[in-house]
Amino acid sequence: MPKLNIKDLEEIRKKVRKATLLREGISNAKITVHMGTCGIAAGARAIMNAIIKVVEESGRDDIIVTTSGCAGFCSREPMATVELKGETPVKYGDLTEDKIKKIFSEHVLQGKIVEEYALAIGSEREP
Amino acid sequence: MAYRTHLMVCTGTACVSCGSFNIKKLLEEEIKKQGLDKEVLVVGTGCQGFCAKGPIVVVQPEDIFYQLLSPEDIPYLVEEHFLKGRPVKKMMYTPPGEKIQIPTVSEIGFFSKQRLIALRNKGLIDAEKIDDYIGRDGYNALIKVLTSMTSEDIIKEIKNSGLRGRGGAGFPTGLKWEICKNSKGNPKYIICNADEGDPGAYMDRSIVESDPHAVIEGMLIGAKAIGAQEGFVYIRSEYPLAIHRLEIAIEQAREYGLLGKDILDKGFDFDLQIKQGAGAFVCGEETSLIHSIEGISPEPSQRPPFPAESGLWGQPTNINNVQTWANVPRIILRGADWFAGIGTEKSKGTKVFSLVGKINNTGLVEVPMGITLREIIYDIGGGIPGGKKFKGVQIGGPSGGVVPASLIDLPVDYEKLTEVGSMMGSGGMVVVDEDTCMVDLAKYFLDFTSDESCGKCVSCREGSSAMLEILTRITEGKGKEGDIEFLEELGQAVKDASQCGLGQTLPNPVLSTIANFRDEYEAHIKDKKCPAHVCKALINFHIDPDKCTGCTVCAKNCPADAISGNRKEPHIIDQDKCIKCGICYTVCKFDSINVE
Repeated sequence: MPKLNIKDLEEIRKKVRKATLLREGISNAKITVHMGTCGIAAGARAIMNAIIKVVEESGRDDIIVTTSGCAGFCSREPMATVELKGETPVKYGDLTEDKIKKIFSEHVLQGKIVEEYALAIGSEREP
Repeated sequence: MAYRTHLMVCTGTACVSCGSFNIKKLLEEEIKKQGLDKEVLVVGTGCQGFCAKGPIVVVQPEDIFYQLLSPEDIPYLVEEHFLKGRPVKKMMYTPPGEKIQIPTVSEIGFFSKQRLIALRNKGLIDAEKIDDYIGRDGYNALIKVLTSMTSEDIIKEIKNSGLRGRGGAGFPTGLKWEICKNSKGNPKYIICNADEGDPGAYMDRSIVESDPHAVIEGMLIGAKAIGAQEGFVYIRSEYPLAIHRLEIAIEQAREYGLLGKDILDKGFDFDLQIKQGAGAFVCGEETSLIHSIEGISPEPSQRPPFPAESGLWGQPTNINNVQTWANVPRIILRGADWFAGIGTEKSKGTKVFSLVGKINNTGLVEVPMGITLREIIYDIGGGIPGGKKFKGVQIGGPSGGVVPASLIDLPVDYEKLTEVGSMMGSGGMVVVDEDTCMVDLAKYFLDFTSDESCGKCVSCREGSSAMLEILTRITEGKGKEGDIEFLEELGQAVKDASQCGLGQTLPNPVLSTIANFRDEYEAHIKDKKCPAHVCKALINFHIDPDKCTGCTVCAKNCPADAISGNRKEPHIIDQDKCIKCGICYTVCKFDSINVE
């Protein structure tokens, strides 16, 4: 590695920052892929990889992709929940890679819920 | 492809000693086996602070805290959480006395009450990767001083921040820099004192292990302010992991040209080397430390002249502690006002303490100055184990003093601690409970300091031995009327007549325990009793014949064959044979062994 000048240093900072920001838990959007046995059997892993890919392509560093267990609606797997900061979470079902692209560009990036794929708006609550 | 999850595995010395390198390796293997190695990144970090619960793994971005992990846990953890997305409750933290686990770091009291400046990167970066540090604003403060600040500006900023030496004495850092800058002589040197020697203290080690570049950047800024081109980190060879990570950090900084000639093309030269010490306590004293670097016997010199005027090889030299240096980049970046807004009137910012002894949450904590002892011990430390009574806390190690339980609401800052006969010191906090004998505690510290006295001053060399002898006598039941008064007088004389900080402070544990727990000393001397049942010469074990069921467990376990009796009949202890090991007391299921 050659000796750095200030510009080089700033570039390293930008690059590393993007890759490590998730360690600080700062996010404006969270996409949760449901990875119960049912989800995995229905192809949730491919869905998750597709999500990670579109997030990366978007260049956004404030979107968290995470996993959780079975959402309880096993016949509609693979499922994912999209939660924009300060807004109600939305569950999407019967996902495919194409649906992911649409949900990402419309809901995550523009804030418009894709109603045709949405299963539920809001979460179940503890009694 | 980007990773969706980062597993932050603590690889500070405490967790490493609990097997965290192995945990990291197993995580990597298991994640690969499950085909997750493109999605889940395993990162080794420096000390995350909660040493009592190691090995520790924090899952980000979910902020989930896993503790006390064993190798057998890993396959299950990887399958459940990272493959199937179901966090594993049984590996999470449960507060003492409670039953429900707390999943996230931000909800755990131990973490949520802390305020991080010196440790701001703990658990967030891989200490062996300079890029990780750069990603967290690293070397940004260096850019700032090299592009827009003069030496005077830097010194003014540090002065205005109110930063004081974190090694113990609390001298204003900005003033120290200014004196050295204004001293005549070239070259000038700067030194980082990482010769942490207090029993129970490991703040500096952890900072170097978890964020070595923060120390390097702080030193670069100090060098620019003072006009030094060469620096040393004096670190004890007992800290191999810290030295290893510091060596890597210096090497990486050199590769990037952040150490060396014409740094960042701004015409500033500075380089750094490591000097390993052999681990003598006196080398923490700055003039002794300088002699040790020079290669001569590490005995202190008379001050003045202070090192700022005549230090290393007779040149102007500035020495600051690890934690002081680590604070500098943040002050430059966020400004003096921000730093001065934290803390009390005369003590600004935060302080890192190692919280050890009779406390549930052993670990490393960084708290704002002015926080009360109660908050540190109960809210962060989780209180005393086994429902025992809190008796006091020894702050400042062998140079400090005990703060008794009655002062639990004392705000912790330099002045307040000195007022009550203790001191900030480097930040060791040893918590003691009702089972600790205060005479024995004082004896322990005197045993340490009399051993570590370099021997130059008679008062320190002979005074510490004489005090230790008296304390030993008292704990053996041979204390005499007048011993307490003599200890007080001798302690004061040692303080007054010794040249360096070692001798000037070594009587503190004795004087402060006498001041706060005089009745315990008197019980040892007059009644020949040790109220905490620690001093073996002063306690006896007896079997209560009404409670003893004759189960024979004590007799079977006694290593000295001192217990006799027939099955199902009360047993007795032969006092001549008893070695007072306390095993019978521990093994008796019927609470029939009494200690007097």
